[in-house]
This record gives sequence, C-alpha cells and structure tokens, in this order.
Amino acid sequence: MQVFDLGSTGTTSGLITAREAGLVACQRCGQVHRQDVRLCTRCDGALISRDTDSLQKVWAWLIAGMIAFIPANIYPMLLTSTLVERSESTIVSGVIELIHHGSIGIAVIVFVASIMIPMGKFMAIIYLAISVQRKSGTNRHQRHKAYEIVEFIGRWSMIDVFVVAILSALVQLNTIATINPGIAAVSFALSVIFTMLSAQSFDARLIWDADRTTT
Amino acid sequence: MTVTLPPLDDLVACPQCDTLHNATALPDHTRAYCQQCGVVLMTSQPEAMARILSLALTAFVMMIAAISFPFLSLDAGGFHNATSVMDAILAFNKGLAFPLAIAVAFFIVVIPLIRLGALIYALGPLVREQPARVGARVAFGIAEKLRPWSMAEIFIVGVTVALVKVAGLAAVTIGPAFWAFAGVVIITVLKDQLICRYSIWEALEQPAA
Repeated sequence: MQVFDLGSTGTTSGLITAREAGLVACQRCGQVHRQDVRLCTRCDGALISRDTDSLQKVWAWLIAGMIAFIPANIYPMLLTSTLVERSESTIVSGVIELIHHGSIGIAVIVFVASIMIPMGKFMAIIYLAISVQRKSGTNRHQRHKAYEIVEFIGRWSMIDVFVVAILSALVQLNTIATINPGIAAVSFALSVIFTMLSAQSFDARLIWDADRTTT
Repeated sequence: MTVTLPPLDDLVACPQCDTLHNATALPDHTRAYCQQCGVVLMTSQPEAMARILSLALTAFVMMIAAISFPFLSLDAGGFHNATSVMDAILAFNKGLAFPLAIAVAFFIVVIPLIRLGALIYALGPLVREQPARVGARVAFGIAEKLRPWSMAEIFIVGVTVALVKVAGLAAVTIGPAFWAFAGVVIITVLKDQLICRYSIWEALEQPAA
C-alpha cells in the first residue's frame, strides 16, 4: 500500500488545526465547518470543537472500571465439579492451573488478556488524563500512540469472559464434570465495558492542544 | 494568525488531532495519513464500495449459518454434549449473571449482524449508482459507532483458549458453525480494511431522492 501525501494546510510555522483556523471539524467524516455550525452538513453528526467534559467522563468510567476489577479478581470465575472434587478458580488460579498443565502459551494469553491489559489500560488512561489536565506539551506523539493502543487493545480483555461462556456451555456432562460461571465473570465483563467507555470518552484532540494558546 | 483557506469542502480534518489537510482525490491503492498523528485519513481501493458490499453480504449469510449449526461437541465417559453459539450465550442465564448473557449475545451475534445489515442498507444503492436511501447516513453512522463493540474475533480466540483447557479432559469435535464463525471474522477484517469513512460519507452526501 502506497502512502499518498495529502497537502497540509499549514502556514510557515507548520500544521494548523481546524480550531486554530476558526473552524470546527466533524469527527465522524472529517468535514470542516464554520465554528457556529452545530450539525455536520455531510453526515448529520453533532459538531463539537473540543469535548470539555471529556476528562470528567474519562475519570468516572475509569473509576467504575477499577472498582469492578477488584471483585473480578477475588471471586471465582469458574465453578468446576467432577466426580471426585468441586473446585473454584479465580483468574489468577486459572492461569496457575494452566501452567501446571504445561499449556504455557495459553497461560500467557489468559494472563496478558485478563491481568496485564486491564492493569496497563488503567495506568495508560490515568497517565493520559493527568497529562492533559496538566497541559503537558511533551511526548505528544508517544501519548497519542498510547491512546491508540488503549483504544485498540481494550476490547481484547473480553477473552476470559468468552472462555467462561464456552466452557460452561460445553462441559455439562451430568455427574462426570460440569463447569459453571462464577460471579467474577460478571464483574470482569463490567470492568472491561467501563474501561472501554472511559477510553472512548477521551477526546484525543486534547493531547495536541496542550501547548497551544487557544483554549 | 491569518491564513487564506481553500473552500471548506476541499479540506479534511483529522478526527483524532484536528489537523487540517487538503482533501485531494487519491490515486488507487493509496492511503493518506495525518501528518501530525499518523491516523489513516483516507484510503483508495478500486471498486471499494462493491467489494465492501459483497463481503458484508457474505459475512451476513455466514453469520446466520454460524448461529444455526452445531458449534462444538464434547464426548467423555459415554456422555455427549453438543453446543451451539446460542448455548454459549445462554451459559450465563442463571441468576445474577443473566445481564451478561444479553451482553454476550450482543457482542458476538447481534452487534455484528446490526453492523453488517446497516452497511448493506447504506451502501446497496450506492453500488448500483442510485441515490442513497433514506436513513442511509444514520445506518452508516451506527455501523461505525458500533465497530469497537463487535467482538466476534475475540470470541474465536476465546474459543481456542477454551478448547485447549478441555482438550485433556474430553474429546472435542469441531462443528461446521465453528468454521462459519471463523469465516465471518476473517471477512469482517478484510471488509473493515476497505472502508474509507471519508469517501463513503462523501458518497452518502448526495441528497436522497
């Protein structure tokens, strides 16, 4: 795939944003309008130059997500009963079990998706929100990259919920072995949903605004 | 600062960082990135609309197959249990977990189907070079808005993990629906690669008849 260079509408000082040019851009379709226009003429999307409530929504969803993550790790994800025993496994004990089984690769997938990605996401969102609040002008490219990664990877935490769904549907062999979902599956799913909403509420344009005089 | 700007219709702003670019028509097989943050602004593929529409139709039909046929079945100690995608959703139907059953149903079946249906509705007339349908803009907006919530591909990876977990415990047979579902995932990825929001919105802008 070739890269085609769209000419930038920059001045000699470099690139300019729609806001600096006194315009407002539609985030759905890219069309630009005069600043007093409220609805995009191309796609009917709502126009908003900067979402000033963005950070408030980001923090609210993030805190909800972090709270839901606690019971997700304390309570059991899976309830397994076989002829000889009944056992409950949490996220972490499930990973340890997989390692004992010798399925290192799968253990890594589950560990990354259920522990590392959620934790990394919390930290990345906190970092992004704080840096925007402080109007930091440094590392803008890295921060934008971090935002894109959080947006892209967040959904993948849902893997564990689907694993529980499939296992509990599949392993229903009367007395020999049954697997049922534990309550942690619900709080884990909620945690993932809340963090996704938090990442989506973040207005990435704020990252690029920091050192600009326009407010 | 004073800048002389070209007409507004000849401009495109990056949805992520608001940087203005000139919207020029792209040659085929090219992609244009934002010069500030590197997001893809436009992509140009020959016959993109027709290809998106045909892929969406294929995925829609395969998704119907994926929910109708047996997905996986398990044999151990004389017991047999066949599972469809619906059973996987209903695994959470007990007590407090019930809302989760609804959420899972939406993530892996309903939202993918809504997205495909909306795309087919919005792009169908465009491919036949007819004016856009009433509500086509709303439909395409929904399809794009729901993109992160469509989790069919994550479900397939989850199934793979689950298979490894039970592989030691019992004999697992993979049913036709599993392959149909995997097909839906691959086709959806190919289709999303082709979507250029800018040009689709531009095409939808033609007033409805």
